[in-house]
Amino acid sequence: MSTPILEIRDLCVSYGKVEALHHINLKVAAGQIVTVIGPNGAGKTTMLSAIMGLLPSKGEIEFQGEVQRDIEVEHLVAMGMTLVPEKRALFGEMSVEDNLLLGAFMRYRAGDRDQGKTMDQVFGTFPRLKERRAQLAGTLSGGERQMLAVGRALMAKPKLLMLDEPSLGLAPLIVREIFHIIADLKKTGVAILLVEQNARAALQIADYGYVLETGSVALEGESRALADDPRVVETYLGLGGKKQ
Amino acid sequence: MDLQIALLLGQDGIVNGAIYALLALALVLVFAVTRVIFIPQGEFVAYGALTLAAFEAGKTPGTLWLLLGAGVLVALIDTVIAVRGGNPGRIKRIVLWDLALPAAIAGLVLWLEPATLPLAAKVALSLAIVVPLGPMIYRLAYQPLAEASVLVLLIVSVAVHIALVGLGLLFFGAEGSRTTPFSEAQFNVGTLTVNGQTLWVLGASCVLIVALYLFFGRTLYGKALRATAINRVGARLMGISTTLAGKLSFTLAAGIGALSGILIAPITTVYYDTGFLIGLKGFVAAIIAGLVSYPLAAAGAILVGLLESFSSFWASAFKEVIVFTLIIPVLVWRSLTSHHVEEEE
Repeated sequence: MSTPILEIRDLCVSYGKVEALHHINLKVAAGQIVTVIGPNGAGKTTMLSAIMGLLPSKGEIEFQGEVQRDIEVEHLVAMGMTLVPEKRALFGEMSVEDNLLLGAFMRYRAGDRDQGKTMDQVFGTFPRLKERRAQLAGTLSGGERQMLAVGRALMAKPKLLMLDEPSLGLAPLIVREIFHIIADLKKTGVAILLVEQNARAALQIADYGYVLETGSVALEGESRALADDPRVVETYLGLGGKKQ
Repeated sequence: MDLQIALLLGQDGIVNGAIYALLALALVLVFAVTRVIFIPQGEFVAYGALTLAAFEAGKTPGTLWLLLGAGVLVALIDTVIAVRGGNPGRIKRIVLWDLALPAAIAGLVLWLEPATLPLAAKVALSLAIVVPLGPMIYRLAYQPLAEASVLVLLIVSVAVHIALVGLGLLFFGAEGSRTTPFSEAQFNVGTLTVNGQTLWVLGASCVLIVALYLFFGRTLYGKALRATAINRVGARLMGISTTLAGKLSFTLAAGIGALSGILIAPITTVYYDTGFLIGLKGFVAAIIAGLVSYPLAAAGAILVGLLESFSSFWASAFKEVIVFTLIIPVLVWRSLTSHHVEEEE
């Protein structure tokens, strides 16, 4: 693996007295897609929230070669980390265009005024959003909402894009479309940390993978090797995994 | 009651309603963004009016010392936090906003002899003293509790309100004050006499409401405040910090409050504790709007103003009772028609 853009050492998160994540070590190299798969309740969302500074955690988070001591969401966003949360967290009563503009809020504060150009790029990736630019975000379909959530995150021109279950609640055709787009995004140079229950789809587009089980990393490896690992096949891919 | 009295009462009601509308908008804004029920809103009305009155009387308003003191306190706390958190780079901003700015305002006030200045300059200086108190109070009282429940924030609001009323008594004394009108002009419309200050109140309220509308609809910072109100986590993920949104909304609320006070000071005598009642009437209007809808809050405020002026004619002893009783049918109607929606977070 080349130089990591994100490196997590010994990350622990507790809810009260219950420890939900135990000593997680994880690396994301620049320009790679890294996936974290695992069953419900394994701690995947907790892990992303802790990395993003939404939850207090113990351990070391190094982003772009800099150890983050006082983890603050706003600071990390300014440095180029974005998270598309599981629940999308869109601004439902605002237009698609306003949602996208707010995605670039931190860059606007820093003095960047190229939001129009970035928005054209996002519309290039998601032509459907362009058609719906004046529509309220709350009126979009599930797939469109996911596209808007990803598009809004891209407006920040992130170095690291973290996606929490982008396939959740979407029809299979839309899931395929979303994963195509994620695979394409890699070509723009952004590193992607993809958390998924849909292990097959995630491993297909990822370079490296981790399996999270009950708050610990159970397995890790190149995603192709991981997809052939009998333990992964049995638990996460089922028999269908062999056909692919 | 003949037509002329009705017109007179109507005029009174609409003027008061316009002020309540401004305060109701500020209350809705602060609640939507920070979940704080901003009881001290009225104190900004009194501070604005009385600071201007102090300038007219040739005194240095006590609010100036409050500004300096609050600035030093905020600067101390934030500097300690910045040094501990390993962010000494922040100290420059802290010194600029919490020390240099209040000091510059104090310097201007002490050097300029405001009593000799034109009214517009006195108004500007009054706003310069009172408005920065908004974000400072947010920093000191609310920011450490930003994640607390609405009830805890309400209790903090009561405490801040009591503290500010007490300080108001200390600064301005128990005597009420009235300031000179912006305009002495009088207009006769049929049998009705409209004086210049009435038009100032209505005009300024309309301008302010349009300005707020444009701010929320057209500017990115306005949209950021709306975004925080809609989805706090989503907004944070865009880099819109809870602190930034809180300070911005408190600045707006302080500005609206102080300006309201300055507008009504020539019409009514303002005492150190007058603001509370005015703020509460704005609150009734905000409740009519369910603390969410801006247009409904403005309409509710006009209703409160009219109800107040007509009930002061028919049953003046029960004027306040009638206005505040309005909240009961409104709450009944609200609880019957609206259903509780779980927040998506």
